[in-house]
Amino acid sequence: MKKNLKTYAQNTWCPGCGNFGIELAFKEAINELITEEKIKKENIVIVTGIGCHAKIADYLNLNSFYSLHGRVLAPATGIKIANPNLSVIGFAGDGDAYGEGLDHLIFAAKRNINLTMIVHNNRVFALTTGQFTPTSPYGFAGKSTPQGSEEEPFNPLELMLASGATFIARGFSGNPSHLKEIIKEAILHQGFSFIDVLQPCVSFYDTYDFYRQRVYDLKKEGHNYSSWQLALEKIKEWNYLNGEKEKIPIGIFYKIKKNTFEENIFKKINTPRTSPPNLKEILKKHL
Amino acid sequence: MREYSILIGGRAGEGIRLAGLMIAKLFNQLGYRIFVYEDYPSLIKGGHNFSIIRASPKKILAHQEKVDILIALNQETIEQHYWRIKKEGLIIFDSNSVKAKGIGIPLKEITERHKLPQIAKNTAAFGAFASILGINFSLVKKVIKNSIEKRGAENIELAKEAYQQVKKIGQFLKLSALRKSPSPLLTGNEAIALGAIKAGLKLYIAYPMTPATTILHYLAKNQENFNLLTIQPENEIAAIGLAQGASYAGIKNMIGTSGGGFALMVEHLSLAGQAEIPTVVVLSQRPGPATGLPTYTAQSDLFFALFAGHGEFPKIVLAPGDPEEAFYLSGQALNLAWKFQVPVIILSDKHLSESTFSTEINERKIIEEDFKRWKKNGEYKRYAMTADGVSPLTFPGDKKAIIKSNSYTHDEYGITTEEIEFVNKAKEKRLKKLKTIENYLKKKETIKIYGNKKSKTALITWGSTKGVVKEVGENLNLKIIQPLYLSPLPVWELKKHLKGVKKIISVEVNTTGQLSRLLKCYGFQSDKMILKSDGRPFTLDELEEKIKKIIL
Repeated sequence: MKKNLKTYAQNTWCPGCGNFGIELAFKEAINELITEEKIKKENIVIVTGIGCHAKIADYLNLNSFYSLHGRVLAPATGIKIANPNLSVIGFAGDGDAYGEGLDHLIFAAKRNINLTMIVHNNRVFALTTGQFTPTSPYGFAGKSTPQGSEEEPFNPLELMLASGATFIARGFSGNPSHLKEIIKEAILHQGFSFIDVLQPCVSFYDTYDFYRQRVYDLKKEGHNYSSWQLALEKIKEWNYLNGEKEKIPIGIFYKIKKNTFEENIFKKINTPRTSPPNLKEILKKHL
Repeated sequence: MREYSILIGGRAGEGIRLAGLMIAKLFNQLGYRIFVYEDYPSLIKGGHNFSIIRASPKKILAHQEKVDILIALNQETIEQHYWRIKKEGLIIFDSNSVKAKGIGIPLKEITERHKLPQIAKNTAAFGAFASILGINFSLVKKVIKNSIEKRGAENIELAKEAYQQVKKIGQFLKLSALRKSPSPLLTGNEAIALGAIKAGLKLYIAYPMTPATTILHYLAKNQENFNLLTIQPENEIAAIGLAQGASYAGIKNMIGTSGGGFALMVEHLSLAGQAEIPTVVVLSQRPGPATGLPTYTAQSDLFFALFAGHGEFPKIVLAPGDPEEAFYLSGQALNLAWKFQVPVIILSDKHLSESTFSTEINERKIIEEDFKRWKKNGEYKRYAMTADGVSPLTFPGDKKAIIKSNSYTHDEYGITTEEIEFVNKAKEKRLKKLKTIENYLKKKETIKIYGNKKSKTALITWGSTKGVVKEVGENLNLKIIQPLYLSPLPVWELKKHLKGVKKIISVEVNTTGQLSRLLKCYGFQSDKMILKSDGRPFTLDELEEKIKKIIL
């Protein structure tokens, strides 16, 4: 039976917002994983940053930690360490993940902590009414850069590959059924799963047509995602610049097996005992 | 029965700290009570390090300027500290590298002969020192065994040679054993760690920063034995974020840092206020601003701790002054954070965190207290309105609950709202908790009073400065007042204990008299402030002189 994951919170995303596609894909993915008995609803925790994307915490009837701008992966990591049985999924905006909290993203990948990070990459600060972000193209004319931004974007997938992420994917909010499959695989992947979701912002940066004309599915091309070199090649195919003629690949770029952070930690430390250690014995060592 | 003060000095990397600790352990084994002050610059090799070990038949918490024995591993120690030697004092020195009058032993040469690295000179110096005091070598052996893990047997042989060389020169002093058993020697940081463990600590997260780092070292080294996990994340923002995630998932945790790291944590401290997440932070102060004096002491972050975090929310700030209080308050911090779902700050400083003290820990004073848990009736609301403002907790994995934690203003379920009705309710909830906490603390020990309780002159102090103020104040027959809680300030106790007091003298290690100014907000006016802010704590001699100038 399909779980109703809706809350009573009124949805305030703009009509046509790319967030709807991501929400739909996520709900479908969760429902299927629960039905397939691969995860339990009570074990799901979603963690969000601050921005339009983050309202998903209010809209979904799931355990949630609505955190601070940029910090999603800090509490998410703490939750996973505290209870490795939980399925932790982080949601962040591009300002969140690639600007304010980039350090946490790199370290989550470096540690290979077993959780999923979904970045709603609309390449604009939307809730603050339109400024450039780390993935906005060069020359982006926003309210803080009316003459055009002076910075070139970076490629977050390339950054994740360099940082040690073991699952790297890109989705498109305009193709929710494709995105759903990626999310399912990401949640089931043992290790740090990163999904950059291209998401048009109808109010401040409408990229629907741009993406629709360029995206294509890596899977259909028979991409071998276990090769670092091939992953890099595919990742470099599009560098978040606009106006180019190249195609934009979506799908899973890279996926490998590696020990997770929790596995490494709990290999060394036994599951905590319930009773506190004997203080008298400890103090004897201090004489 | 007399007491002894010993200074051992040398370059960083010469094992001064370890030698000082071995001297402390030696006295401890003979039944003395100990205080060890450590002074070291922020570097790894070179510079000048020294420890002052004070051993007394009675419990002590401070050091003196003057010493009975000076142990010099380099010339600089003589030059910097010669003035400290008392009239009948002795100098022990490495005759291979130091020119001085006293008992010169070729420590460098002996160490080379034993084919040990030069750092082992400290063990040789220790052997020579014990010999001068006429201490039986078997005790020297026991202390070395207990203190040096690597090449222990060789170090014992080395100490023995230095010990015998002194014997040939003659017997200088005869230290008598006291009829007391040794007591555990702890630093403030170790006591903080142990108190938290007793209260159920399962996870400690910290990014290294002096003088809080040794909590991380101590816990990391003993992870298995103490039944907990330690994590060193990418920075202090991550440290507190991880901690709050762990609290949300139901695991008791603590984080530790100094002023600079605490500055980075502040946004999450505010999150603890809004989302009501149990958060325990050890803030071990050092002199700022900015990088300041990393390895020295200060009490200059009281206001920072009190006012940290945007918005208005309840927060508890505790200030232990010695390891017993550190143990008790650190355990209490964990219990309070979970009982009231608030941030709790344990204010320490380098002087408490890194000095070594003889302790009498009463472990029964701290138990792991339970917190308000959800009884699984009806629908779970993370922020349910209750009479005391505290909502029941449950954690992810609970089949019957959806747990929504939120940094926005939220309704009872934890869903974001901007409606006036809910905004006001949320505000009232936070204020109610403030009252609940105060009422709870009225039944707890929140203040310490020492000395002559009837004296018309009261010394008021906080944190590590308590040690020196207590001893001087008792000697001068004055009243000593030390609040253990700085937020909420135990005004109810202060009113009671300041009644009849004609003169209030505040003593703090900062430039502006932060406690004194805080007290003024509540109508308690200090008549005099005794302040010091050069990174060094007050010594007994120094403070006594300053107080005498005011009261005589």
